[in-house]
Amino acid sequence: MILQFISLEWKSFIRAASFQTNVAMKILMGFAALYFILVFLGLGVGVFFMIEKMELGDPFEVVNRYMIYYLAFDMVFRYSMQKMPVTNIKPFLYVPLTKNQVVRFSLLKTVVSFFNWSHAFFFLPFSIVLITKDYPALEVLFWHLGMAALIYANNYINVLINSMSGVFYAFVVTFIAFGAAHYFGWFDLTLYTAPFFNLLGSHLWACLIPLALLGIVSRAAFLYFRKNMYLDAGLATKQEEASTQEFAFLNRFGNLGTFLKNDIRLILRNKRSKMALYGGLFFLFYGLLFFTGAIEVYDGPVWKIFAGIFVSGGFLFNFGQFVPSWDSAYYPLMMSQNIKYQDYIKAKWYLIVLATAASMVLAMPYLYFGLNAYLAVLVGGIYNIGINGYLVLWGGAYIKTPIDLASGKKAFGDKQSFNAKTLLLTVPKILLPLAIYWVVALFASEELAFASVALAGIVGYLFKNKVFQIIEKVYKSEKYKTIAAYKQTS
Amino acid sequence: MITVHELSKTYKDQTVLNIPHLDIPKGQSFGLVGNNGAGKTTFFSLLLDLIQPSTGHIDSHGVVVNTSEDWKPFTAAFIDESFLIGYLTPEEYFYFIGELRGQAKADVTELLTHFEDFFHGEILGQKKYLRDLSKGNQKKVGIVATFIGAPEVVILDEPFANLDPTTQIRLKGIIKDLAAKSGVTVLVSSHDLMHVTEVCERIVVLEKGQIVKDIVTAPATLKELEAYFSGAAAPSPTETVAAADISPEDKTS
Repeated sequence: MILQFISLEWKSFIRAASFQTNVAMKILMGFAALYFILVFLGLGVGVFFMIEKMELGDPFEVVNRYMIYYLAFDMVFRYSMQKMPVTNIKPFLYVPLTKNQVVRFSLLKTVVSFFNWSHAFFFLPFSIVLITKDYPALEVLFWHLGMAALIYANNYINVLINSMSGVFYAFVVTFIAFGAAHYFGWFDLTLYTAPFFNLLGSHLWACLIPLALLGIVSRAAFLYFRKNMYLDAGLATKQEEASTQEFAFLNRFGNLGTFLKNDIRLILRNKRSKMALYGGLFFLFYGLLFFTGAIEVYDGPVWKIFAGIFVSGGFLFNFGQFVPSWDSAYYPLMMSQNIKYQDYIKAKWYLIVLATAASMVLAMPYLYFGLNAYLAVLVGGIYNIGINGYLVLWGGAYIKTPIDLASGKKAFGDKQSFNAKTLLLTVPKILLPLAIYWVVALFASEELAFASVALAGIVGYLFKNKVFQIIEKVYKSEKYKTIAAYKQTS
Repeated sequence: MITVHELSKTYKDQTVLNIPHLDIPKGQSFGLVGNNGAGKTTFFSLLLDLIQPSTGHIDSHGVVVNTSEDWKPFTAAFIDESFLIGYLTPEEYFYFIGELRGQAKADVTELLTHFEDFFHGEILGQKKYLRDLSKGNQKKVGIVATFIGAPEVVILDEPFANLDPTTQIRLKGIIKDLAAKSGVTVLVSSHDLMHVTEVCERIVVLEKGQIVKDIVTAPATLKELEAYFSGAAAPSPTETVAAADISPEDKTS
């Protein structure tokens, strides 16, 4: 039975329409995974000695103290990235399998997820280091067991709260509050949680607590799934009450306004596009890493431009990157309606420009870090409008993966962003302005360097019509392939 | 007037459509019938420039559809749900299409009042997005949207499927009126021989991409079609084998 399920999974992977991009993506994701594994591994081996060297106290206790944050981060990470096992359940409802079997397999599938076993790369070496450092072997082993149980408990809790975003956000807010309280020295949560983790490390029986927790949540996840395995319950697509939105003020822009209205509705009414919008807002804070000097390697002046491009271009990268895939569900309609490509592409471009301009305004508080910081955002914004706005639209023509608007998953690190041509386009998107800045700053002054990057943007803007003709040509030549690819839902 | 010249569509080495010549005069209600895989949707997709012809071209009112976009202003189509925008309410969708077709909002509203019967109170003012409507109601929205902006060519793929009987009857009336009163060229495909003979002045039967019959509808047409399809429904054994041979290759391609 299990074998059959596994073979189905395998087939769904290798027979997917986007298999080729899938493989490229899997390879790239493999590298990303490898990176995480190495980081974990390095941490697992090194953390003991690091803590020892920094003289923070007994390394085992220090790790235990911060373990609660580790688990909380794991939870957030899972919630936003780990895919839910509900996909593909529907066809099994009518076949002679017991529901328990289907549910069990679906949950079992999550067990082998990267999000679970990657932790082993931290915990295994760390435990080994502990034992070699003469911590009692048996206690360490049981601590290890307990931690594994907690990680898996997280796995099932994620399954449980996945449909309750309210619970999740409450959780995130609580943890940020605790983290802030800890940072400012008002209240230290770890004082209350550390004893628990220490207990795991000192008393063998203590590992029964996380194991019991794991038992309870896995059972709960099972029952929850089992209970909701109906088309009108857990498998139903949620319906919202619709409200008509006019956006009459956009009417004056004619055809462009029509598309803009539609794009705004697209963004506001679909989970996936909303995530892109929030992602864009999140990018506004990205500059803090650079301008506060929080991270040393980012102190070089070239990085200011880098920050400027991302701070002002959050929406551009999160949304613009996937044009025209946002319209994939109804692309044939768009292609047979009475519209000109130029209008269609221009509307998207204006949306990106408006959002970039808005980001530039919203980034005003960066003035706090000095005029240069905000200047970097402005210059980055001008470059984004003048050059990157075209480039994302151009790159979009080669991205042929349909977007499921209703699903919020896969919004980050999606295979859609990986594809040789789009990867190549990041060179002018990010590296070129850095290079311009670097060269001019080297031979002239920083002010002149800022001015040159901005000038590049302005020159790009002046060629607007020419560039749109080129992009239109690319869209036209890719049209049939795009339509065919969008038909394949993954 | 729609004219087809030496049109063919080939995937790998399988020809799915091959129409050397076909004329559809303006104002004709034209029916396309054929079993699954006969090439009906392929033909409509070619007509809408959604796929590229392997050879030949289609000329619609003097516009070669795969080289110019000038056919778009006078052509409207509903092929499948990919012609609907799921996150819009039906009203928003109609107005959106209206704006693309250069129609004032009031004109669209006026047009919609004619279809109140057809909607049966389940479409307008329902506070639902299109994605949350039933298949049948989605279809109603898609079909009515094609009438916005007085198009000269209307293409409907399987318009009767998924509709309830009352709506089917109303739709037949609407299609007949379109061709007869407004001179609109209506192209309809259907698996329902009865509906298509009732609605269309002319019926073309496709089989494996070829035109095998081209009939001006007469009282005897339904019988003729039924006779044809009851024969075609049970192909000779050799044909079945050949079809089975082709399909696996088709999947891997």
